[in-house]
Amino acid sequence: MGIIKAKDLIFEYIRRDEEGNVEGINRAVNNVNLDIEKGQFVAILGHNGSGKSTLAKHINAILSPTEGTLWVDGMDTGKEENLWNIRQTAGMVFQNPDNQIIANVVEEDVGFGPENLGVPTEEIWERVENSLKAVGMYEYRTHSPNKLSGGQKQRVAIAGIMAMKPECIVLDEPTAMLDPNGRKEVIKTIRELNQTEKVTVLLITHYMEEVIDADKVIVMDKGKIVMQGAPREIFSQVDELKKYRLDVPQVTLLAYELRKKGLPIPPGILSVDELVTKLNEL
Amino acid sequence: MIRDITIGQYYPADSVIHRLDPRVKLLGTLIYIISLFAFHNIASYLIAGLFLAVIIHLSKVPFSYIVKGLKPILFLLLFTVMFNLFLTPGQEFVRVGFIKITLEGIKTAGFMAVRLIFLIIGSSLMTFTTTPNHLTDGLEKGMGPLRKIHVPVHEIAMMMSIALRFIPILLEETDKIMKAQSARGADFETGGLIKKAKSLIPLLVPLFVSAFRRANDLAMAMEARCYRGGEGRTKMKPLAYKKRDWIAYLCFIVYWTLLILAAKIN
Amino acid sequence: MSIILDHVNYIYSQGTAYEKHALQDINLKIEDGEFIGLIGHTGSGKSTLIQHLNGLMKATEGCIYYNGQDIYDSDYNLKELRSKVGLVFQYPEHQLFETSIIKDVKFGPSNLGLPALEVDLRAYEALKQVGIGEDMIDLSPFELSGGQKRRVAIAGVLAMKPEVLILDEPTAGLDPKGRDEILNLVSSLHKENKITVILVSHSMEDVANYVERLIVMDHGKIMFDNEPKKVFTHYKALEQIGLAAPQVTYVMNRLKECGQSVNTEPTTVDEACEEIIRWAKKKGILLT
Repeated sequence: MGIIKAKDLIFEYIRRDEEGNVEGINRAVNNVNLDIEKGQFVAILGHNGSGKSTLAKHINAILSPTEGTLWVDGMDTGKEENLWNIRQTAGMVFQNPDNQIIANVVEEDVGFGPENLGVPTEEIWERVENSLKAVGMYEYRTHSPNKLSGGQKQRVAIAGIMAMKPECIVLDEPTAMLDPNGRKEVIKTIRELNQTEKVTVLLITHYMEEVIDADKVIVMDKGKIVMQGAPREIFSQVDELKKYRLDVPQVTLLAYELRKKGLPIPPGILSVDELVTKLNEL
Repeated sequence: MIRDITIGQYYPADSVIHRLDPRVKLLGTLIYIISLFAFHNIASYLIAGLFLAVIIHLSKVPFSYIVKGLKPILFLLLFTVMFNLFLTPGQEFVRVGFIKITLEGIKTAGFMAVRLIFLIIGSSLMTFTTTPNHLTDGLEKGMGPLRKIHVPVHEIAMMMSIALRFIPILLEETDKIMKAQSARGADFETGGLIKKAKSLIPLLVPLFVSAFRRANDLAMAMEARCYRGGEGRTKMKPLAYKKRDWIAYLCFIVYWTLLILAAKIN
Repeated sequence: MSIILDHVNYIYSQGTAYEKHALQDINLKIEDGEFIGLIGHTGSGKSTLIQHLNGLMKATEGCIYYNGQDIYDSDYNLKELRSKVGLVFQYPEHQLFETSIIKDVKFGPSNLGLPALEVDLRAYEALKQVGIGEDMIDLSPFELSGGQKRRVAIAGVLAMKPEVLILDEPTAGLDPKGRDEILNLVSSLHKENKITVILVSHSMEDVANYVERLIVMDHGKIMFDNEPKKVFTHYKALEQIGLAAPQVTYVMNRLKECGQSVNTEPTTVDEACEEIIRWAKKKGILLT
């Protein structure tokens, strides 16, 4: 069994009017089956409201399933007694960098998780140092988070999760509020952590160019998984993606258009280099 | 604008005062404030002033920075001085029209001003030299015994620390919303009191909405990082008294003794 | 009609340790009916610049003329300027505050002291422009989705009938579909309502697709001010200041470097596609 496994997962938001009567039921996650292997870099794509964030919140046991089951490292997230172990195993980074930094000094924020876990003081320092170095923010350890850029704040948030020594990190649109440079720096950090620390990464995003290096891409729409596969497979289906309100990197789109016009290039081109090489070979 | 206020803002420096245990600084500030109200003769003010000067020197916080912090309370200071100057009965010194200034008035006003300035500088020195986190740590540990009578000490300290973290963010947000509403023709300056109060609605509603959203996000982020109250938590920076802290306490005892002696001689 | 900036300088917190020269000697002329893109990395001064255009910030030095009038004249009506130069801030949905959509949109025009009927008319028109249906206008703005909220917030500025519309990263945080909706809206406002538009963006692809003139800022100075195509030929200089050209521009340049006879000008997918097909036909890869 993989590190994260979902079986027939269903989650419903129930809207109630002022008297508490049920006004409507909104099925945000609809019958999702999922199996993510340890050490993988998995990206979940979907437009706003596709259910991807709701799914993410299940992995951290912030939400628990209406029906079906989700296991994190074999632990059932529906069971209360697993709560803290699950949260330590699967850490979560959120969208807004300002709203997830708790302390007024970078290093103290990174220490917040280990403090909650009851880690001895000396080991906290060790973990904080290692995690800050892993995200490249060690020289900012005594700074105030308010003076950092968005990308730097997100890296601090990631370090805060790393210090809890999780098996898996779930990132819920970590780059949505960042500028292009901040986005690049966060994605690079995530990739490095996946490769060097072997931590399983689940990246939720709607920026296509961030997922081309993933091992696996999952596309969600209306609470369901509608596509899944390697980035190349997913990105070769441009029309399909457009149907789900998504788009592809500009170079992929160009290659797709050229192919449609009859140029003999393979489908699912992901980078500038690739397209140039293929065109040169013609 | 709002961000120019320096009072209470941490001033990073490496000084012996910065390194003191926050509990020493908290208790010390309290002792100092009490001393200002307990003793009022010229000698005691001199001692208090000298004591403050030494601490300022040791703290390495530039004097100009401290003076800047006094600006926001200038009005309060003037008001107090005026109040005492004009309304203290006693022997007449000068008279301009119906305003009478007495010798006693000058004396009380002067003392009042000195006391207020010392008070503000004394307490802002604490915040200048202690990071907000350190301060809340000090409060948490210092108030620890209160836990026995069911005071939620850890929660109070955590709340303070989070408030401190979000004050600058919310100030910035206020600035942004004000500008955005001004761009829609909102006017926050002119008009009577009622009109002014009304004009605040477009500012306050978005600010509250944002504060709630942030609170919600933060609560989720804290839970995701396994926060479950003070129980079972360890500390990254546990507080422990060092030699310098005991020396500092000793200094306060000496300070207090000097004040008593000065009062006796008087 | 135009906006002219004459030797504009702005210095933050002058005389303190935080002093920062945010705008340095900016000279700029914005003509009526232009569609301008403004790019630059965070902290390059672009936000400061746009806040000068409607008088929210006052230049430390220099003059700004709107339709020939100096906006810093003591008798100049700044409130009117703010209605003429509409500014949509980043995440504008965060300023919504009224109990219903229509009331929120009316806030701007009613601040201008217009008659109630005119205020109503403008609010309805603005909501129509952004594609919010009449069936929704009495809903609370807080019940809407992210993209809808943003369109309501833009309507709030449109209802003031601005001659110039400035948008600070109007697509930030939206998904691709939401992004296209906003950009198409802005583009149609420019085409059909002849509004001058200044679009601040981080996306080179977006500016290449929409704008007619591109201003690049760096360290408080204007680095380039030209047609997007011309600006993107300097893609190496753009990279040095933390920016880039659209991906297709890189494709064309790389092809040229490899000795292929292609034009490196294309900045959009359509243009690049056309140019590569032309090249392929010439090379005999594709039959004409």
